[in-house]
Amino acid sequence: MVVSQFLVLAAALFAMGVYGLLIRRNIVLILLSVELMLNAVNINLVAFESMIVTTEALGQVFAIFVITVAAAEVGVGLAIVLMIFRNRQSANVDELDLMRY
Amino acid sequence: MTFETWISEPVNWAFSAIALAVLFSGLRVVTAKNVVHAALYLVATLAGTAGLFLILSAEFVAWVLVLVYIGAVIVLFLFGIMITRAPTGLDEGLDVEKKLWPALLSVAVFVAMAWASVNAFGTQEILDTGNPTSTEILGEALLGRFVIPFEIVGFILLAALVGGITVARKDLTPAEEEEEAAV
Repeated sequence: MVVSQFLVLAAALFAMGVYGLLIRRNIVLILLSVELMLNAVNINLVAFESMIVTTEALGQVFAIFVITVAAAEVGVGLAIVLMIFRNRQSANVDELDLMRY
Repeated sequence: MTFETWISEPVNWAFSAIALAVLFSGLRVVTAKNVVHAALYLVATLAGTAGLFLILSAEFVAWVLVLVYIGAVIVLFLFGIMITRAPTGLDEGLDVEKKLWPALLSVAVFVAMAWASVNAFGTQEILDTGNPTSTEILGEALLGRFVIPFEIVGFILLAALVGGITVARKDLTPAEEEEEAAV
């Protein structure tokens, strides 16, 4: 096993997340794409950790922090989506143009 | 290192199988025409990632991923999907019309990142395979050297969830409040 195989896979997942972020109109699907990108970052962190062997498993600690912050992000994000949907009966980002110049 | 020597290691067969599954379901997450299907394909992607973590001997992180993501975050997503739209069939207008530039941009992102990683790390081997990181090591790191970030992350989670509840709850109008009090 080489490190690059994991890094290339993570790059592919990240690129898919970027694509989803740009083409989706529904906010929930945009959040799903963000999760895909965070997941790619986690793969990178754990792959680097197993390349440089440390006594403290640093990469895995950071991956756990990323997972926790992602969970917090989903909680707040979906609450905001719920609020927007309640006020505007729509979950499409291009219809939320109130603050657009 | 040639491709023949790479593929002759059994662990790389497992990697290839999982990687194909992850890539396919990741692609379906961003292209699926049904919102619920997109969320369920994300489950497949995350399960594959957990498998990769097991290959990388990161046992604890793999099971945290399964518990936190597949167990909790996806359920939240499904709630969000079910609440924000009533029918669960196909629906139109999930994507924007012009997809060429996003596709080109994401391909460019992939090429740049893959080129940079292969260029930097080449055929550098992974060292500690088959020797799982024990939870003890991780626990000592989390509550030793990283105890302050750990507490901060815990506080962020608390604040985010309280904030989420505050944002999502329905505030009653004064008239409704009087009605509630009367009952």
